[in-house]
Amino acid sequence: MNKKPIIRFENVTKQYDGETILNDVSFEIESGKFYTLLGPSGCGKTTILRLIAGFTEPTEGHIHFRGKVIDRIPANERQVNTVFQDYALFPHLNVYENVAFGLRVKKWKKPDIDAKVKEALRFVNLEGYETRAISEMSGGQRQRVAIARAIVNEPEVLLLDEPLSALDLKLRTEMQYELRELQRRLGITFIFVTHDQEEALAMSDEIFVLDHGIIQQTGSPTDIYDEPINRFVADFIGESNIVPGRMIRDFLVEFAGRTFECVDGGFSSDEPVEIVIRPEDLEITTPDRGKMKVRVDSQLFRGVHYEIIGYDESGNEWLVHSTKRVNVGAEIGLDFDPEAIHVMRFGETEEEFDRRLEAYESSESGGAST
Amino acid sequence: MTGRTRNFYLIPYAAWMLLFVAAPIALIVYYSLFDIEGKFSFTNYQKFLSPIYLKMTLYSFWYALLITLFSLLVAYPTAYALTRTKHKQLWLLLIVLPSWINLLLKTYAFLGLFGTYGLTNAILETLGLGTHQILFTDFSFIFVSVYIFIPFMILPIFNALEDMNSSLLDASRDLGASAWITFRRVIFPLTLGGVKAGCQAVFIPALSLFMITRLIAGNRVITLGTAIEQHFLVTQDWGMGSAIAVVLIIVMALVMIATGERKRGVKDA
Repeated sequence: MNKKPIIRFENVTKQYDGETILNDVSFEIESGKFYTLLGPSGCGKTTILRLIAGFTEPTEGHIHFRGKVIDRIPANERQVNTVFQDYALFPHLNVYENVAFGLRVKKWKKPDIDAKVKEALRFVNLEGYETRAISEMSGGQRQRVAIARAIVNEPEVLLLDEPLSALDLKLRTEMQYELRELQRRLGITFIFVTHDQEEALAMSDEIFVLDHGIIQQTGSPTDIYDEPINRFVADFIGESNIVPGRMIRDFLVEFAGRTFECVDGGFSSDEPVEIVIRPEDLEITTPDRGKMKVRVDSQLFRGVHYEIIGYDESGNEWLVHSTKRVNVGAEIGLDFDPEAIHVMRFGETEEEFDRRLEAYESSESGGAST
Repeated sequence: MTGRTRNFYLIPYAAWMLLFVAAPIALIVYYSLFDIEGKFSFTNYQKFLSPIYLKMTLYSFWYALLITLFSLLVAYPTAYALTRTKHKQLWLLLIVLPSWINLLLKTYAFLGLFGTYGLTNAILETLGLGTHQILFTDFSFIFVSVYIFIPFMILPIFNALEDMNSSLLDASRDLGASAWITFRRVIFPLTLGGVKAGCQAVFIPALSLFMITRLIAGNRVITLGTAIEQHFLVTQDWGMGSAIAVVLIIVMALVMIATGERKRGVKDA
């Protein structure tokens, strides 16, 4: 039963005043997982959330909830609850009444409401704050009230619209742990919207990367980090070196004026491609021992590592994260494994990408066994 | 030094308050303590407690209440609708615009509209409903008063609605509340401040209306305002007029305190 998707978007398009916000989006959400919609502002992630919550209707396409089309069902009749970006707590009600709001609307009995509200407040570590006014609560506490107010209704899906963006860095990191923990304890589906890639990588089971109203890539945090499908994803998720290159043949790629062994396949020969190497995969060594020579242009101390920028002979810029110090202006060698090279095809869709990946991986393992 | 500069800037304000607020009130209180022969006494206040004046007070309150109530009934939905329109500032301006026109002019306009040979009766006639006496009735008095006071009711309510965070409405819907429950539990409580301010702005001046009572209601409706005017201008009994004015001022102050914003208005529902 859990295998069936709880929410399904079927070719959903959303337009506002003739402007397309979401363009033919289809995806499935499974029960009990932590999903993140990740993308820059204006990419359509909040619109997806509002469509699920019922604050807006799709222009085209359908939204299914547990197999039923819910396109026209108003927000107050949907079994989802939202934690809003600005929390949207009712300023005229105290903490207790804010949390009790949904239950009072459902006309629960007083003792039941009391028990349920207390339980929800205990869940978010806010026992004893019942009679506080919202104006007396700090940002982090308001956040918890907003979560308690949503989960007290026992929704099947909890929608979170950039709930951490108003908090300071330390509190934000703390809340990331708490939210992940909360999701595990409740066992319900979380759909989390953010533009912060670190948040997405840290918390999610599954990430949807969005840009210009289109889902660019779907996958686990490691999939998306290690194998970005295109330049946008590679650039948006983490830091990366993206340089132009050419596939000589499968598993052999040319860039920065040299050929390198790699682990990607399924290309036509001499196909122009883009190469991604993460800065932490580059290791500094002596110029003669490295696979590549770069001249150090600048160096910044970041605390955990040095951020070094250098240029190779072909003029490509290379960003390196290293715990070793180098001298600015010196020539250094860069070493890396074949696995560190990720090759991206131009204009490849997610389906094509997955198909190619499957094809060459199976041929690779098949070849190895014979 | 800054304190001294600030005090310097306060002079015009203080002078104004002294000359046009404090001094007149002191004078009214002073006059109210002298009877028509110019002798010091409390007879004016004694007279005020007689049935005639008590009945007049009751009427004043009753009409002010009706005017406030009808103004609210018209103003709230209007203000709400205004916040949903595209060019709300323009619509608001159009509604507020009539309040810039002299009160007397507007009242005279209604004399023309509601008169026996006026537009309203002409329309009624054409519809076959016959000519009616519209002027000099309670209806016309309340209608014109409501018309004049409505902008003062709409403005504070409109502002309160505008100040409300619209995501609160989403939150209410999200938690399962229907449109009506959202109104009752979120929108109305959050705009109560505006409603109170509007009621104050209508009820208090409505208590002492006199011009409309004379022109539109033909002195059929006699309120405290009319009585004050009569005493000062017709019977020349300044003492009695002042006594009524003192009572009115006290009542207005009480109304303002009663409807004023409490420091901690947040109560458990």
